[in-house]
Amino acid sequence: MNAPQANAAARMTYREACKQALREALLSDPRVFLMGEDIGRYGGCYAVTKGLLEEFGEERIRDTPLSESAFVGAGVGAAMAGMRPIVEIMTVNFSLLALDQIVNNAVTIPHMSGGQFAIPLVIRMATGGGRRVAAQHSRSLEGWYAHIPGLRVLTPATVEDARFMLKGALADPNPVIIFEHVMLYNMEGDLPSDMKVVEIAHAKVHRAGRDISLITYGGSLFKALEAADALAAEGIDAEVIDLRGLRPLDTKTILDSVAKTRRCVIIDEGWRSGSISAEIGMRIAEEAFFELDAPLRRVCSREAPIPFAAHLEDACLPQVATIVAVARELVRPS
Amino acid sequence: MTKKVHLDHAHLLHLLKAMIRIRHFEAKCVELYQAQKILGFLHLYDGEEAVSVGVMEALTQDDAVIATYREHGQALARGVDPKCLMAEMMGKLNGCCRGRGGSMHFFDRARRFYGGNAIVGGGLPLALGVALADKMQRRSTVTACFFGEGAVDEGEFHETLNLAKLWRLPILFVCENNLYSMGMAVERAEADTDFVHKASGYRVAGEKVDGMDVVAVESAARNAIDRIRSENDPYFLECRTYRFRAHSMFDAQLYRSKDEVEAWRKKGPIVRFQTWLEANRLIKPEELAAIEEEVDKEIAAAVAFAEAGGLEPVSEVERFVTMEAVPS
Repeated sequence: MNAPQANAAARMTYREACKQALREALLSDPRVFLMGEDIGRYGGCYAVTKGLLEEFGEERIRDTPLSESAFVGAGVGAAMAGMRPIVEIMTVNFSLLALDQIVNNAVTIPHMSGGQFAIPLVIRMATGGGRRVAAQHSRSLEGWYAHIPGLRVLTPATVEDARFMLKGALADPNPVIIFEHVMLYNMEGDLPSDMKVVEIAHAKVHRAGRDISLITYGGSLFKALEAADALAAEGIDAEVIDLRGLRPLDTKTILDSVAKTRRCVIIDEGWRSGSISAEIGMRIAEEAFFELDAPLRRVCSREAPIPFAAHLEDACLPQVATIVAVARELVRPS
Repeated sequence: MTKKVHLDHAHLLHLLKAMIRIRHFEAKCVELYQAQKILGFLHLYDGEEAVSVGVMEALTQDDAVIATYREHGQALARGVDPKCLMAEMMGKLNGCCRGRGGSMHFFDRARRFYGGNAIVGGGLPLALGVALADKMQRRSTVTACFFGEGAVDEGEFHETLNLAKLWRLPILFVCENNLYSMGMAVERAEADTDFVHKASGYRVAGEKVDGMDVVAVESAARNAIDRIRSENDPYFLECRTYRFRAHSMFDAQLYRSKDEVEAWRKKGPIVRFQTWLEANRLIKPEELAAIEEEVDKEIAAAVAFAEAGGLEPVSEVERFVTMEAVPS
């Protein structure tokens, strides 16, 4: 039998990558603990934390009652008093019950206290649609959080980012929200075994191309990549940018790409009005207007609560065919 | 009632002085407000001094404090320097938060003063976290969490009491029941005006105390903290008090009569304690005069410090939006 190569890739799911990241954090820093609804006995509603209670015990894997405001606020207080809490909110939809603690406390206290306190808090939550679970469980509100100065907003789309972004988030002395798209948990990917870290400050050119930039993040990354494949079959060479984080936004990578391709489509599962895609488009308009050979375009969710029925939900969310059509129209206007 | 409070002469004078310091500090704030040297909201603690003075006496320097937006008294009683508080009131760089927080947001890391909070009830979950962090770090400290009776109507009160009891966190909940949340009288806001009863709904033990009696508050707080430590449980103290002034300087107080306020003023914590000391010959007129003089000097020094303070350069306005490191 051949010995495995030093950098042989380990194949794992996004879910497993998230779990390994949490496990590593718990093992490497005694100040780290997990808190959230059903993360312990139940094993996490997306099974991300399954097994951690048995390994680390009830003090560090804390099941919380349905009290988003209290347990997120407790995370803020614990961070102020020397711990490194990782709080899981079951979905972004429920985070609305904790908005006060996130927006009024976590991100204001460092500034308002004149720098006396940092809030090294990590909040993880699931986001996005596609699971036929109707409007109150299908929202994509990460763009809202990206509006708020003082937060870092991460959107790991790949197994590698799911595995290693947490480390960077914990090293950040500021509150960080990690959005995990619900459709990614079962996705498998390869992780080079010698990989230890990813840096969280930069977007990534996921696929290089010269004709058009497809700018996206999170669950829409794979739709954009599929669209790029389809476009390639038509002779259109699309570049795909994975933002990886929505705040701070890596404007440079965006502008460099657009300067090269001169065309761009932004794909965002959030609603168009007031979305992160609006912000990205405006930054391009402000800083690269004269680089453009075509109007800026977006593929966003339709402006409705995400419906339950499959055909309606599909119609509301960004889809590969739409991305392809919009991109084609920009490159080859009829 | 007073078995836990060692009422020697020095301590009695100390309690009186601590209350007078708050009263005079705030009187000066009103003057400065009228002179437009203090802007924005000004929520006075006038009438409630016995609560924070009594509770803080029972805390050690290692214990933690979560405050409200009416926290001048809480900060002064905690021992935060009046100079940096006054400078903060005036928005100066030498204020305790560089002028970014103002009267509703005093913070003092060195005194474990985790801030005033202008969102009613917003501080309660923070107390959970601070107490949890201390417990997980094996510190035997107590977190005192101040809030008004209006906060009891917020969901965060209920979520927090449940978790505090469930996780057996060492938190002293101090409900400053001054009978009005802004203009909403307690009996108009509450289906059940017995707050100790509400706490008991979460099996958090508690008691009512006369919040106009500083010795009673100190005694109750000491007993409560002993109990928190020995029973390994949170405790709830409802301090019945009254605010003599409007909710804020913007409040015309149309919701209550002048007679009601005057009647309460006669039962005020300072006048009551001072009268008792005098009647029992525990304080000489010259001692009282000396206290007032010392306090006024302290406040004059605070005003001078604040007046002399510079302004944070506008170029710094984005500093600490994101922190470079966690302060140690």
